[in-house]
Amino acid sequence: MTSAPVESSSVPTSPLQVSHPAGGSRFGETLKHARYVVTGNPVTGFAFALFVIIVGAAIFGPAIAPYDPYASDTAAALQSPSAAHWFGTDQVGRDILSRVLVATRLDLTIAVASVALVFAIGGLAGIAAGFVLGWTDRVVSRISDTIMAFPLFVLAMGIVAALGNTVTNIVIATAIVNFPLYQRIARAEANIRREAGFVQAARLTGNSEFRILLTQILPNIMPIMVVQMSLTMGYAILNAAGLSFIGLGVKPPTPEWGIMVAEGASFIISGEWWLALFPGLALMIAVFCFNLLGDGLRDIIDPQRRT
Amino acid sequence: MLQTLAKRLLTVIPTLIGVVIVTFLLTRVLPGDPAAYFAGPAANAESIEEIRQSLGFDRPLPEQFISYIGDLATGDLGNSLSTGQPVLAEIRARLPASAELTLFGLLLSMAIAIPLGILAAVKQGSAIDHACRVLTTAGVSLPVFFTGLLFVYVFYFLLGWAPAPLGRLDIFFSPPPDITGFYLVDSLLVGDVETFRAALAQILLPALTLALFALAPIARITRASMLSVLSSEFIRTARASGLGTGKVILGYAFRNAMLPVITTLGMVFSFLLGANVLVEKVFAWPGIGSFAVEALIQSDYAPVQGFVLTMALLYVALNFIIDLLYSLIDPRVRIEA
Repeated sequence: MTSAPVESSSVPTSPLQVSHPAGGSRFGETLKHARYVVTGNPVTGFAFALFVIIVGAAIFGPAIAPYDPYASDTAAALQSPSAAHWFGTDQVGRDILSRVLVATRLDLTIAVASVALVFAIGGLAGIAAGFVLGWTDRVVSRISDTIMAFPLFVLAMGIVAALGNTVTNIVIATAIVNFPLYQRIARAEANIRREAGFVQAARLTGNSEFRILLTQILPNIMPIMVVQMSLTMGYAILNAAGLSFIGLGVKPPTPEWGIMVAEGASFIISGEWWLALFPGLALMIAVFCFNLLGDGLRDIIDPQRRT
Repeated sequence: MLQTLAKRLLTVIPTLIGVVIVTFLLTRVLPGDPAAYFAGPAANAESIEEIRQSLGFDRPLPEQFISYIGDLATGDLGNSLSTGQPVLAEIRARLPASAELTLFGLLLSMAIAIPLGILAAVKQGSAIDHACRVLTTAGVSLPVFFTGLLFVYVFYFLLGWAPAPLGRLDIFFSPPPDITGFYLVDSLLVGDVETFRAALAQILLPALTLALFALAPIARITRASMLSVLSSEFIRTARASGLGTGKVILGYAFRNAMLPVITTLGMVFSFLLGANVLVEKVFAWPGIGSFAVEALIQSDYAPVQGFVLTMALLYVALNFIIDLLYSLIDPRVRIEA
């Protein structure tokens, strides 16, 4: 596995095209293009609407939940969906709708935190590797190669097992397994801009390499990295939920989608489907939303890579 | 060919070294007390100290690394606390179950995804193209453990078509003689059709669950690579020369479009081996994934380490085979190498 720059996006070849100091008109244009994409592509519009709902549930979940997600009521255990309990109740009579709503915040926080972490570390490592080359590049790329030598979910399991069984470590493990992806993209994008006109101009006017890295390269590859973020968000949610499904990280009474599906799993065989179905659906919708949103964002930022 | 093989084998070595270092780091250098992990939750200070000395955790790190490699070379992965058996023996006994499930799932998903991708590319913009897009998007969005449970509910509880999701074989059947370790193959080898049918019934749902998960990347790359090949000049020439559609698509376009698909298989395997753990838990499949999950929950540390190492070695080997396959199909790669 050599780390040759993979097929890259529209590379600004002429410095005129780049004109990185984004003026107000440029921003307005982007906004116009964004509106065009959202309205022109109903799927992206739909994904955006879903996104608003999910974020709403994450913020207001505990406030709008009809019941206390922890309050058990053994008299009302294992009831199928009804007017009082829209999603039914679980084996100790807790309201599943409330638990699904409240869980949104935790699931989203884990995913956002891990993606933000890998964005910062993987992005910076990749830029440094692609811009400085030499030893930095060799070491960073070797780390990526080694991580990629593991089946990613298995490595995440191993990391959580070694670091200790906590939510923080789920975030760290998810970030580590995503590291190669971010590092490679950042490296490729930084590398092709190494000798670009605006970088040479900055060099000529006496900027240090480190300053160029931060003020010229970083802002220019930001859009592509942001797209990557929303594309991997779905995977991060799945990864974290998978880990908690096998009993890692989140501890039982806490409402979290993965662990709720795991708790409901044993009732599937006897026909109580609602315990696992609703948290599973929530999980699916969230992942689906971020995948669609990622595709839509890519269309806005990088129309040439549209599929 | 032999020279190519040797050269490729050399490129695997740095990866192997990396894998061994990472598994070593996962065991020794992390915060927390590895001796306490290995001793298990029921240990007292004395037994932890005993384990620390017997495993050599009181010695300097480089020395520990050397003895770790020595242990690996002799196949010593430690003992499982819960069963008392050597981890290597446990993993060896359970590996065929996991391998059978993963391979069967992969075959199923290729059997569905490749024709689907080809059809979607040939009839671009048609209903089947849209169906392909929906299926691939759904495939990557569905948590694999959720699909599995859904299948169990529909096919076992509602329809009663599938047997109870409890392992590789119904308890009324005795497993076939151990030849390859794959129940499907072994039962056929001894001509036991009844057992074959029972094993097939058990494996179908978990394999389908895995297949649905692996479907998306394979179908997507098949479609994309068929599209790009179909618009190339040699296809136009073949068509202009009056070759039949079947010959052009399968004989000319597909063979060329296969290369990116095979490259993607590496990534698909990474997904499959991870998803395997979750599917095994849902279907109580007695493979190495469920073994590791059980050990994880009981804080039994050695089996988890052995599992991570085994999976990584397996994955490196699979990537190596894919590499070889690639150079078998595409003569150009062979020359470059």
